[in-house]
Amino acid sequence: MNKLITGSAVAVRDLRVKRGKNQVFDGLDVDIPRGEVTGLLGPSGCGKTTLIRSIVGVQKVAGGTVTVLGAPAGSKSLRTRVAYDTQTASVYTDLSIHQNLHYFARLIGAPKADIDRVLEQVGLADRRHQTVESLSGGQENRVSLAVAMLGRPDLIVLDEPTVGLDPVLRAELWTVFRALADSGVTLLVSSHVMDEALRCDRLILLRSGRIIADTTPSGLLAGTGTKDPDAAFLALVQKDSAPSSGAEA
Amino acid sequence: MTLARTLATAGRVLRQLGHDPRSIALMVVAPSLLVGLFAWLFSDQDGVFDQFGGAILALFPFIVMFLITSITTLRERRSGTLERLMTTPIGKPDFIVGYALAFGLMAVLQAVITVTFAVWVCGLEVDGPLWQLGLVAVVDALLGTALGLLASAFARTEFQAVQFMPVLVFPQIILGGLFMPRDQMPHVLHAISDWLPLSYAIDTINAVTAGDEGWDVWHPLLVVVAYTVGALILASLTLRRRTP
Repeated sequence: MNKLITGSAVAVRDLRVKRGKNQVFDGLDVDIPRGEVTGLLGPSGCGKTTLIRSIVGVQKVAGGTVTVLGAPAGSKSLRTRVAYDTQTASVYTDLSIHQNLHYFARLIGAPKADIDRVLEQVGLADRRHQTVESLSGGQENRVSLAVAMLGRPDLIVLDEPTVGLDPVLRAELWTVFRALADSGVTLLVSSHVMDEALRCDRLILLRSGRIIADTTPSGLLAGTGTKDPDAAFLALVQKDSAPSSGAEA
Repeated sequence: MTLARTLATAGRVLRQLGHDPRSIALMVVAPSLLVGLFAWLFSDQDGVFDQFGGAILALFPFIVMFLITSITTLRERRSGTLERLMTTPIGKPDFIVGYALAFGLMAVLQAVITVTFAVWVCGLEVDGPLWQLGLVAVVDALLGTALGLLASAFARTEFQAVQFMPVLVFPQIILGGLFMPRDQMPHVLHAISDWLPLSYAIDTINAVTAGDEGWDVWHPLLVVVAYTVGALILASLTLRRRTP
């Protein structure tokens, strides 16, 4: 708990989570720095979503502490300060884009002007009156992302926000993420697309519920002596598997 | 719980319904059609519709609202929107009461149309005041909504939600006093029926159509209201911010 002063936005200590019969985390420690874009990477099934759900306070945990912006994860005080976008677009598909944003803005007490701002940021301003179900999958994801940008959250947690988006759009969204971080917002973005790693300030690589690297993009490439993040990840996995599969945190 | 968030949620649910004319038709028109069918069926037998028509009036809004509510809220659980909501400042009662308000409003509309249809078109004879009949229909629909909200907490798929019909709803219909006056039932079944909210709904309707007054009407109605409030409280307690 004395990690609060160090300036990390999120401090996870000895986190243990069980989902069904599967022990996802057995004593996970991780810190996420403030005001930066942290990428949470790893193959699907490695525990990215479970870690994210623990941070936003919707995951039942078996033990350990998760401290977010100085308060226990899921605290009442965090509900306007932390924004969360789930992996599959969590918006009402039978409502229009505007109706969705209007509802969530009222819940978190965001001003109406915010709706226009986030619509511009995700490039959907001219479609605001279309229902979400009439949109493409990528557009639907962007509506869900727009909801997470409503208000003035200090921490935005995005679970695979760029899945299914074309490269142009992905680049645009990363510009938005960067601008948010520059304005002091902390972002935690999960992805299984390794080339997005290079756009982050900080990288956390998860594998089978363990952190196999907590580094920076340049640190990742330098440390593994590789030129691209895919190769770097493979190198890390090989290194991780080599000394038997003993738990090494 | 805050009024603003509750109303925002009720408004959102109504807007969703606005995009779904078929569900509106099911809620508003279907009970009238079923009452009409029932009246037609017994059109050659004097007095049968007057005897059972009232109880039917209690039944259909209850069933329709139970189905619609349990499926709608289940969809919210499955689509991830509930999980997202649970990270916002919305209170659990805001969510539950928001739904109850929205569907309650639909229930008022439904009751006005169904009672009007039953009395003016099908010729249902009611000795008590008509507004009481409408009130009972609304309360019954709200009971359906409340039980639907509660049931959806125990279902993981839409299919499971529908399975609550034979478990929760049909026994209440059979033991409610529609097929046999409750005091003529075998003792055990009578005792069980004393614990089922729909029995009191049908008691109320029978009291109103028979022209009873005072406690005979309000006592069973209050029992239904108590069950409704209880189910809403339970539904809000079973809502979890953290899930496995």
